[in-house]
Amino acid sequence: MRANRFRGLGPHLVLLVGVAISVFPFYWMIVMATNTTSDIYRYPPKLTIGGELATNLSHVFEKIHFFAAMGNTIVVAVSTTVLVLFFDSLAAFTFAKFDFPGKRILFALLIGIFMLPAQLSLIPQFITMVKLGWAGQLQALIVPAAANAFGIFWMRQYITGAVPDDLLDAARLDGCGFFRQYWHVALPTIRPGLAFLGIYTFIAAWNDYVWPLIVLVNPDQLTLQVALSQLNRSYNQDYSMIMAAALLAVAPLVIMFVLVARNFIADAVKGAVRG
Amino acid sequence: MAVLRPARPVPTPSMQTGAAGPGRATGFRRVRSHWPQYLAISPFYLLFSVFGLFPALFSLYLAFHRWDGLGEMQFVGLKNFQYLLGDGTFWLALRNTFIIWFLSTVPMLFVALAIAAMLNSTVRFTAFYRIAYFIPNITSLVAMAIFFGAVFSTNFGLVNVVLQAVHLPAVHWLTNPLGMKIVVATVTTWQWTGYNTIIYLAGLQAIPSEVYEAAKVDGAGPIQTFVRITIPLLRPIILFTVVVSTITGMQTFTEPQVLFGNNGTLTANTGGAGHGALTMVLYFYHQAFDNHDFGYGAAIAWAVFLVVMVFAAINWRLVQRRET
Repeated sequence: MRANRFRGLGPHLVLLVGVAISVFPFYWMIVMATNTTSDIYRYPPKLTIGGELATNLSHVFEKIHFFAAMGNTIVVAVSTTVLVLFFDSLAAFTFAKFDFPGKRILFALLIGIFMLPAQLSLIPQFITMVKLGWAGQLQALIVPAAANAFGIFWMRQYITGAVPDDLLDAARLDGCGFFRQYWHVALPTIRPGLAFLGIYTFIAAWNDYVWPLIVLVNPDQLTLQVALSQLNRSYNQDYSMIMAAALLAVAPLVIMFVLVARNFIADAVKGAVRG
Repeated sequence: MAVLRPARPVPTPSMQTGAAGPGRATGFRRVRSHWPQYLAISPFYLLFSVFGLFPALFSLYLAFHRWDGLGEMQFVGLKNFQYLLGDGTFWLALRNTFIIWFLSTVPMLFVALAIAAMLNSTVRFTAFYRIAYFIPNITSLVAMAIFFGAVFSTNFGLVNVVLQAVHLPAVHWLTNPLGMKIVVATVTTWQWTGYNTIIYLAGLQAIPSEVYEAAKVDGAGPIQTFVRITIPLLRPIILFTVVVSTITGMQTFTEPQVLFGNNGTLTANTGGAGHGALTMVLYFYHQAFDNHDFGYGAAIAWAVFLVVMVFAAINWRLVQRRET
């Protein structure tokens, strides 16, 4: 009896070490953000959570427009997500449930686009934004990201299985046109898929760095990631202040993720294993 | 909307040939009758043309020119590419990128496979483990690069404190060429090991248990079963993870850009001390957006593209052959 109960313990110990490695940076980030730099950077360092978070944060708010940057990030992430959900699901619905001339070529093109690395187009894209007068503006981040190949590809897989053809046929007999079939039949049935794609898009937009770094040329109009990196560049030695900013930039997303993680991970794996 | 003609259902062979009338007119009418479908997929193709295809083609054009973004564009033929071949800094960046990729991908994939196998054999707490392992993957790379920079800092960074506690000499992680690469690789490994674990776990769970039972009957031990049965059956998934980490690893940018952009000055980031962490994409960024040498930058971007394609293809072949 006794031996049986402990038999499974070995793997769990190893797995818990893995969990500790995954989670430890968050703990240490909190320790750094809640103490003074001189308490952490000494020997031996303080290893527990302290009470200096408010002071460290107030230094952050003196140095950068933190909440403006967070506001910008939220605007970009929310509008990108809404646009992607609409455009990707509409295109995916079309590819999954309808036939039209040129469909195969257009879909093959979509998969080819997947493979195109981003840095190939960065320079001309930047020049385009300058010409449009969008350099430094948030729409330079939102508009190019409003529809993407990954989302259409993933959604098409999802819709193929999730939306029954019978339901569409019935709607057609009732006189529903294409767009009404999308809006009244497809959209309500694909909510779980939309949830996954929405979270995925939101996370990607929140963490995006390279393109915002290039195109946000106005130092007063930054996203969180760019502001954080600039804070680090300018005040590199004040670790506690920088960690306080990093913590505040990371925490909302991690909390949101933990709440929705169960279904999200299952869907993310499906996409990868199939693709 | 109500007057819309009902759209046609999913593929029927007869639609390919056209139902009636002379081919041409029918073809056109068929295209026209599907206008809602074309309208529905058009936003992606429009955006892609303007912000994806046109820029990619234009950067190919740029690669044959000298241009600072303001003045006249000057055609220089293959000069940018000739210069690239003789540019020691580019070759250094290529070497660095490969070393960092190797330092992160090899431990990452082996550890991920081992953890996935262990996860697959346990029944309890799996939901908790999955979430804990996946969290690093959704965390901001900028924040984590800053964090690991602080942890690896020479004076009283946590890593050197631990070394000191066990009476080992401190390492100048952020200025030593190998140390710098190890720091970058650590950020990548931390962020992606859990992701690959979850992917491998999904692959393991898809292997039917009868296969294992048959192996047991034949007297195979656990290690033999893993090497002879599990790994071959997992091959497509391993292939996927190797290709994905090749493509992302060859384009490493954010980690060195954040880690080594702060030597007390605001000068351009060329991969820290002695270009120790200069990657190909960081070098591209430096030439294009610090030096405004758009022509040369475009040439580097295309070279990176070529390297990624060739190396991904090589890895694809290697993984496929090793396990057949």
